[in-house]
Amino acid sequence: MADAMLPLYFRKINMDLLITSYCHLHDNKVIVNDRLFFYQENILKFADFIKSVYKQENVNYPKFYKMDPISKVGFLAAELVLKQTTIEGYHPEKVGVVLSNSSSSLDTDIAHNETIKNRSSYFPSPSVFVYTLPNIVIGEICIKNKIKGENVFLISETFNGKLLCDYVNELFINERVEACLCGWVEVMGNNCNALMVLVEHAGRKQNEGVPGFKFLPFNAENLNLIITLN
Amino acid sequence: MDELINQLKKEVIEQLNLEEISPDDINPDSPLFGEGLGLDSIDALELIVLLEKNYGIKIQDPKDGKKVFHSIRTMAEYITEHKK
Repeated sequence: MADAMLPLYFRKINMDLLITSYCHLHDNKVIVNDRLFFYQENILKFADFIKSVYKQENVNYPKFYKMDPISKVGFLAAELVLKQTTIEGYHPEKVGVVLSNSSSSLDTDIAHNETIKNRSSYFPSPSVFVYTLPNIVIGEICIKNKIKGENVFLISETFNGKLLCDYVNELFINERVEACLCGWVEVMGNNCNALMVLVEHAGRKQNEGVPGFKFLPFNAENLNLIITLN
Repeated sequence: MDELINQLKKEVIEQLNLEEISPDDINPDSPLFGEGLGLDSIDALELIVLLEKNYGIKIQDPKDGKKVFHSIRTMAEYITEHKK
């Protein structure tokens, strides 16, 4: 029986999703598919860290400098994930983005507040204000990679792999996506922790992976492992 | 005027986070939008804030914006004309 004809409950059992590429940015370090992509000791400021990663990645996307910290991290994490693989074989409307964090856009909200807290020097910055929503990072990723599928930004107190897995699984089960970027993008001041994974169906994945990295089953345990072990 | 043009170049670079552009890269007569620096609508709003914050000048008629922000030189001319 064709998968689409099965009741949802049975299709859920048959779902076979893989993490086909991942990137983790944390503590001045960037891990991509189990390999150390970037590490530099003694970087104290987030801005210096993320700029160094951008330069090493050699993206050449001037708009990067105009983004807020969350968008910079999410954008670069997506770049590093997608550089290892390809989503070009998927219809743009079948690629989704599901991200999460704990502080929403608070880091940028504080920056915006700095521009308006003094009534005698009240100059709100339009370019800061436009980033005072957490889901703007998804827009930046979608614009760069021509992604037009389902997207959502979830807020949870701490990293919640199960929440992400459940949401992404539903998107696949209901055939809303055929591939999905998924992860955690948290920045507050100089502290940053970001995980980005590409999820694909085992039978329809677009790439065979890179040497030294074995595709992982997409589940909460593996998400938790990646974000805690690296 | 040349001094103001050089100062404006630095201020525009800083205000708009044009990190990979130096003042020498900016031709004062080149269009700021479309071609040239390739600025967008949010950048236009930032330039309006820059005029008000750094020079105390408010663009009263939105129609003037296109003319004022055509290039660094037109900005400098507008500032010279309207600075209090």
